[in-house]
Amino acid sequence: MRLAGKGQIDRSRPVKFRFDGVEYEGLKGDTLASALLANDIRMVARSFKYHRPRGIMTAGSEEPNALVTLGLGPAQDPNVRATTVELFEGMMARPQNCWPSLGLDLLSVNDLAAPFLGAGFYYKTFMWPKAAWEKVYEPFIRRAAGLGALSMEANTDRYEKAFAHCDLLVIGAGPAGLMAALAAGRAGADVILCDEDMRTGGRLNAERLEVGGQSGAAWAEAMTAELQAMPNVRVMTRTTVTGAYDQGTYGALERVASDVAMRPGAPRECFWRIVAKRAVLAAGALERPVAFANNDRPGVMMAGAVRAYVNRWRVSPGRSVAVFGNNDSAHRTAADLIAGGVHVSALIDSRAEARCDLDVPFYAGREVSAVHGGRSVEAISISSISGVEKIQADTLAVSGGWNPSVHLTCHMNGRPEWNERIAAFVPQEGAVPGMLTAGACRGDFSTRACLEGGLAAAREAMQDIGRAVPDIDLPRAEDSAYDIAPLWVVPGKGRAWLDFQNDVTVKDVKQAATENFQSVEHMKRYTTQGMAPDQGKNSNIGALAVLADATGRGIPETGTTTYRPPFVPVPIAAMGAGAQGKGFAPERFTTSHKASVARGAPMIEAGLWFRPSYFPQRGETHWRQSCDREVRMVREAVGVADVSTLGKIDIQGPDAGAFLDFVYTNMFSTLKVGRVRYGLMLREDGHVMDDGTTARLGENHYLMTTTTAAAGQVMRHLEFVHQALRPDLDVRFTSVTEQWAQFAVAGPKARDVLNGLLDTPLSDEAWPFMSCGAVSLAGVEGRLFRISFSGEHGYEIAVPSRYGDALFRALVSRAEGVGGGPYGMEALNVLRLEKGFITHAEIHGRVTAFDIGMERMVSAKKDCIGKTAAAREGLNGSEREQLVGLRPAGEVKMLVAGAHLFNAEAEAVRVNDQGYVTSVGYSPMLEANIGLGFLRNGRVRHGEVVRMVDHLNGVETLCEVCDPVQFDPEGGRMRG
Amino acid sequence: MRITCPYCGERDRREFYYQGDAVALDRPDPEAGEAAWDDYIHNRDNPAGVTRDLWYHETGCGAWVVVTRNTVTHEVLSCELAQDAKEAGA
Amino acid sequence: MVELKAKTPCEGLLPIEVGDLRLSEVEAGFVTSVAAFKDKDAALSKALQAAHGLEMPAPNRVSEAGDARAIWFGPRMALLMGVSADPSLAAHGALTDQSDAWAVVRLEGARAADVLARLTPIDLRPGAFGPGSTARTELQHMQASITHLSDGTYQIMVFRAFAETLVHDLKTAMQGVAARQG
Repeated sequence: MRLAGKGQIDRSRPVKFRFDGVEYEGLKGDTLASALLANDIRMVARSFKYHRPRGIMTAGSEEPNALVTLGLGPAQDPNVRATTVELFEGMMARPQNCWPSLGLDLLSVNDLAAPFLGAGFYYKTFMWPKAAWEKVYEPFIRRAAGLGALSMEANTDRYEKAFAHCDLLVIGAGPAGLMAALAAGRAGADVILCDEDMRTGGRLNAERLEVGGQSGAAWAEAMTAELQAMPNVRVMTRTTVTGAYDQGTYGALERVASDVAMRPGAPRECFWRIVAKRAVLAAGALERPVAFANNDRPGVMMAGAVRAYVNRWRVSPGRSVAVFGNNDSAHRTAADLIAGGVHVSALIDSRAEARCDLDVPFYAGREVSAVHGGRSVEAISISSISGVEKIQADTLAVSGGWNPSVHLTCHMNGRPEWNERIAAFVPQEGAVPGMLTAGACRGDFSTRACLEGGLAAAREAMQDIGRAVPDIDLPRAEDSAYDIAPLWVVPGKGRAWLDFQNDVTVKDVKQAATENFQSVEHMKRYTTQGMAPDQGKNSNIGALAVLADATGRGIPETGTTTYRPPFVPVPIAAMGAGAQGKGFAPERFTTSHKASVARGAPMIEAGLWFRPSYFPQRGETHWRQSCDREVRMVREAVGVADVSTLGKIDIQGPDAGAFLDFVYTNMFSTLKVGRVRYGLMLREDGHVMDDGTTARLGENHYLMTTTTAAAGQVMRHLEFVHQALRPDLDVRFTSVTEQWAQFAVAGPKARDVLNGLLDTPLSDEAWPFMSCGAVSLAGVEGRLFRISFSGEHGYEIAVPSRYGDALFRALVSRAEGVGGGPYGMEALNVLRLEKGFITHAEIHGRVTAFDIGMERMVSAKKDCIGKTAAAREGLNGSEREQLVGLRPAGEVKMLVAGAHLFNAEAEAVRVNDQGYVTSVGYSPMLEANIGLGFLRNGRVRHGEVVRMVDHLNGVETLCEVCDPVQFDPEGGRMRG
Repeated sequence: MRITCPYCGERDRREFYYQGDAVALDRPDPEAGEAAWDDYIHNRDNPAGVTRDLWYHETGCGAWVVVTRNTVTHEVLSCELAQDAKEAGA
Repeated sequence: MVELKAKTPCEGLLPIEVGDLRLSEVEAGFVTSVAAFKDKDAALSKALQAAHGLEMPAPNRVSEAGDARAIWFGPRMALLMGVSADPSLAAHGALTDQSDAWAVVRLEGARAADVLARLTPIDLRPGAFGPGSTARTELQHMQASITHLSDGTYQIMVFRAFAETLVHDLKTAMQGVAARQG
């Protein structure tokens, strides 16, 4: 019911929305919750386990009941708290946890089965038979459990992440936070002020309190205007600080205002990582309920929330309201209702000595023992020694006291401390380094105390960072004492709720204690109290009070469960913002990418790079046809492949040779200028890290090539070796992978192709195998390397990347003129397999130089990384699995990478394992499948037939062990 | 977590690659014997308390940094260049 | 005789404008990495001064003289842009041609820093990263160099092969920032 009066709503701007399929009208400034209450919607949800009717209970992010699903289709958003979501035109909200409808819900039968669904029912019920787990229990639990549902479609909304830095982060913009921000802002510090509400002011918006002679809300508005005018202050409303992390890092979730979020390109939410030198937590306090029978009925609300609806949104949740509490919050609510013209049917105060100056039926020293009514409150029972009295009311406002919002102070292991005076936990001082607390979140509840606390915290923070706060006069404000008589449970018949979101009752917690789940952490997990989206914001303290009572301990000894981030649920979409689609990982394109795609080459990922698999030609319907053709083309004519993705590291300095001698197993200081050498690099543990060729371009100038896969790792390794092990060596390195576009030109006609492009033709005398040097192509300075990964007479030619596209096209076009063309990764792989050249399929991290037959490359003349460890026992010798070639020798002519090798007569079981297959491919030259693998003592077993078994795919064959080099073993084609 | 690169200043942890214990700086002599090499390559303490590890400013300037920190309190106690640490120890 | 036509890293991708934000490609011309040899820092700086009129920049800083700009690029290393590195420098440090290695773009607009704040974790506040500042950092998932040239104008560099991703990521961030402005 909407009341008369101003509030913080715009009566000139009606907003149409739909809830549960029905259209309603609210006002600009409403939350969905205030609009529903204004339309007299009492029941908005069904509860999690028992499917009990539920209504709106709070006016903030702690709401346990009023969770709705917003929107439809891919963007539908479950578990949105109706109490925090701003109403916007066309909003579509649906209730959750009910089927087929909110009014008629079939699973509400669970409520009748309640005796069987108590604490621990999951553990007790779904035990046996084992076979029933997958077929019966799990599907049932999955259907019944969970809050809300996702659309299961990809979310099309945009989410964002961002970083911010400041001197002071103020968390919460109530009186304490506003004052802290003002003081720090006037001190000239960079301030970020966050509040999860759509406007600043905190409780001042919900109360009729005055600050400095004006309404609290008006004071907050004026303060905010001053803050917004300061260039050094950023006010972030709709932004919940969700976590406190190491070294002053905070997470914050910003919900972008709905009118902005609808613009093209705008994000719906932004997840901020804020780095602050200091922080002031001014998060306020949350009002807690009292447990009594049927205290979960729609219409039972928190007293402070009722004030918020009445004062801020001018909405009365009912027409006849009873108010019950153990502190002055109840009195304040009754007064505000009366001021709003709402009938107050009773004010019940559990404190015997309480006085009341309002004109309402007043019951001191009495307690509400039960609520009557099904889908809404109809009446309440008040108990006393003299008996039970029933009072008519459609709404019951309850206050069990206030819990300081200590959550963020616990995110780095802080343990809150029990404060007897306010019967609540308060933050441990210094629990988060650099974070101070102010106002209600530290148990200072009066407005005056909040203002003072905010100012004091800002002063301390500013002093820490060397800034002075100018004198600030605190405005006049309410400064009443907080008087509370702890009250957790009112005894009586019927179930009394502690955790509304998870349907945990007083009885459940007592049962947990009885069944020896007496630690608060055990009780939580046994009953599920404090789990789910609200993380027990309403229920934790009440539940542990019941547990303390049931176990005969005090509350401080019982302690709380651990509060962990996030403070409110953060959508995965926001946390992973920017990582959808193309944002998932950068795409690294070679200069020939467009030309390759234009030729129809399917591109495959190699790390972040994209490389062509093969270049299909007209009439080819299977990749093998293309691959076979490309292999033959290279062997018989010429092929062109982009090899720019290999890492290239420019190494210069007087000690460059000495440095390379230390990182490679073999010698590089002795390499002649203009020559290239294959190098093997070990890890310090003696296993192979990477391999590649290194060219000596000048006396003190080398160019190292790494594999595509290990380029980053090798660069890191070189920097490590230089900075951390050998800073005495005078050497510098720079990655030039991206500077040069490099192409392999391989095959008998390779030189013909290049000679058409080079300004000076090549000769065998000037360019022997493993030579390198500068060349000129059409006036462009390039580099030529006579190296080969195919086993053919071949070159790699490099030009500055700007010419890469043009050179690739020119090379391909020339090659095609002599019966050649481009070749892709598939052919490249077969070519190297035929030659027994290794890749990271072979040097996978567990192999030594000995295993790949390169132990003689470990120079005896010098130390190098990995040398000592490579000589260890067990890393050399006949017990090692050694690199071998394989070819099928049985009926099945197939080899499978990953398959294991066994002696021909042995059973294919683990203990008989003799090795495994690493790479396989079809060799069109040998007209057979060939492979590489590792076989125990394999080098002396050439010619032997072994058994290959792929247990996963059920493939089994015999294969013959052979030399890894299966094509042109003398290497005449490559050198000639 | 924030690490102060001696060159770049305080930076977010995401810019760094973590390697492990800074014992890696103390490479033994090739003839130091199996036990010394075993300790150097394999054996690591896992203290609840102060550790000294190597981090690489990978997406930053490329400096290797020795970070002394407390695994219990998450406090970062000091950050120095691996090169300086090595030269000081040499 | 074949002619090799040069292509820039961002060819066909830039410029773009979103709201009052503008992203364009910078034709950097000569780009040379200059890394001091052992104990040659002062000599290298002196040689730079003699040849190009600027010093080796301090960490996280840029030094400029006429068309020449040296941006700090790592420990005892700078990227010399806009001029061809004088051969005299080679006596004191490693010179490596990087003219084709980087995609170089310029982001301009009053809210350019807000765009970058969506992609890089560094502190972009004027006091920490005013004009003349540079940083080696990450941009979304990429290693980058970000330089604050003048108020509201930033130069951003990533490896050439990432040009498409660079433009994609910046454009997405620009759209998010511009949309909030309305």
